[in-house]
Amino acid sequence: MTRPKRAFTRYTTLNRVNHWINAGLFILLVLSGLSFFHPILFFLSGLFGGGQWARAAHPWFGVGLVISWIGMFIQFWRTNLFNRDDIAWSKAIVQVATNDDEHVPPIGRNNSGQKAVFWAMTLLIPTLFVTGLLIWEVYFGQATSIPVQRVAVLIHSLAALGAILVWVAHVYAAIWIRDSVRSMTQGYVTPGWAWHHHRKWFYQLASGQRAKTDPRKNP
Amino acid sequence: MSDLQSQDYVRRSATTMTPPMARSHEDQVAKLIDVSRCIGCKACQSACMEWNDLRPEIGHFEGSYENPMDLGPSVWTLMKFNEYENEQGNLEWLIRKDGCMHCEDPGCLKACPAPGAIVQYANGIVDFISDKCIGCGYCVKGCPFDIPRISKTDHKAYKCTLCSDRVTVGLEPACVKACPTGAIMFGSKTDMTHWAGERIEDLKSRGFENAGLYDPPEVQGTHVMYVLHHADRPSLYSGLPDEPRISPVVQAWKGILKPLAVIGIAAAALAGFFHWVTVGPNEVQDEDEAEADRAMREVEEEEKSP
Repeated sequence: MTRPKRAFTRYTTLNRVNHWINAGLFILLVLSGLSFFHPILFFLSGLFGGGQWARAAHPWFGVGLVISWIGMFIQFWRTNLFNRDDIAWSKAIVQVATNDDEHVPPIGRNNSGQKAVFWAMTLLIPTLFVTGLLIWEVYFGQATSIPVQRVAVLIHSLAALGAILVWVAHVYAAIWIRDSVRSMTQGYVTPGWAWHHHRKWFYQLASGQRAKTDPRKNP
Repeated sequence: MSDLQSQDYVRRSATTMTPPMARSHEDQVAKLIDVSRCIGCKACQSACMEWNDLRPEIGHFEGSYENPMDLGPSVWTLMKFNEYENEQGNLEWLIRKDGCMHCEDPGCLKACPAPGAIVQYANGIVDFISDKCIGCGYCVKGCPFDIPRISKTDHKAYKCTLCSDRVTVGLEPACVKACPTGAIMFGSKTDMTHWAGERIEDLKSRGFENAGLYDPPEVQGTHVMYVLHHADRPSLYSGLPDEPRISPVVQAWKGILKPLAVIGIAAAALAGFFHWVTVGPNEVQDEDEAEADRAMREVEEEEKSP
């Protein structure tokens, strides 16, 4: 890749590989899961080789997603802790939504929206996993009573709806904020990008930049 | 049955359009099981296996007359035995033939996500069309009577068909044919209700004052009905539900949530699109890069001269 010399690393190779495994599994889960949610979307099961295949594959994608999310959680939980900056940033949400960035208070590596996506998924993915196990007919069909399974399937569909809405917001934000897709595909952002969108993070990097150029000094 | 042209569907699972129903001028049918005339011989169980070519695995004696102990993918009907001590201290042996009740408002069909995997014919029979079944087990959650069973071999749901293949050609179900005491009757639902009325009158005259017909209105009636001596307490008969109804949890999941969720997701995507064409993308300008360079130089100088 042609990476400008002055670029900042936003996501490491491990970050990116983990993220895209996560994204791939999530999309497979959405497509197969929606196919048995509403009849007008049943055709999506054809992408997986038919209804039986979609039914058989869906829970395994889910197992994969949970494992992948554990990796995401370990790598990203620290940068997603809410702090005081989030209050000021959240109050300026109208300015954020209208690209009026001059009136948006400076924020660190992640803004409140990104943190909300992270914590929503951290809540929803385990919920989907546990309720999904309860309704995994092949292995756990007899493990719990039918009334328990009824509640599980309702929670599973509500949690899935929540996760899909969060995901739509996440994808749109990536399209809306130009060059953030590149940060997750190639790993870097320009200093101007960091300055514009995450000013506190920019200063953090700028002051650490000189020290980092010599790895022996700063292992 | 799915190989035959059936144009008498009144309900079809996971279908938003009207199913083919031109040939639905049919009588509603019903099977009437008069438990007061049942002797527990299990001829119905054998006949069901014989007609439907079902051979459940041979199990073990579990200390009960029930054999096997539960319905299964190849056990579509099962005699259930309950020893009940009544108020007078007398033993009553309550025997009930369990199996699909063929609800007028079938919970299995409501829950099923596979188009056409569960259908209801105009005569009221609820049938599983197995080649369309995806094996998810949602019918199990939808059923108020705990009837469908999923095969571990082929991952398909199975249950009593009310011998829809026989009924289509004017025959009675195999269990009805085999019953030696006339405890299982089959005909139009009107005739069966009428006949049940006579039986109930007779039972009442013999001291069973709570005798009655089990045709639960919560599922808009069933196409398998029971004459019970204790119709006030159906649960005496090995857990026959007193008030069977499709669970409100299933109703919420398969009712309001389904369209709302699809509309909600579509609305979210559209909101994003229109944000894009109105507010538009948030792009980094050359000035931002210049500002960033200036800021970096400042930081560098500060660090050089502390």
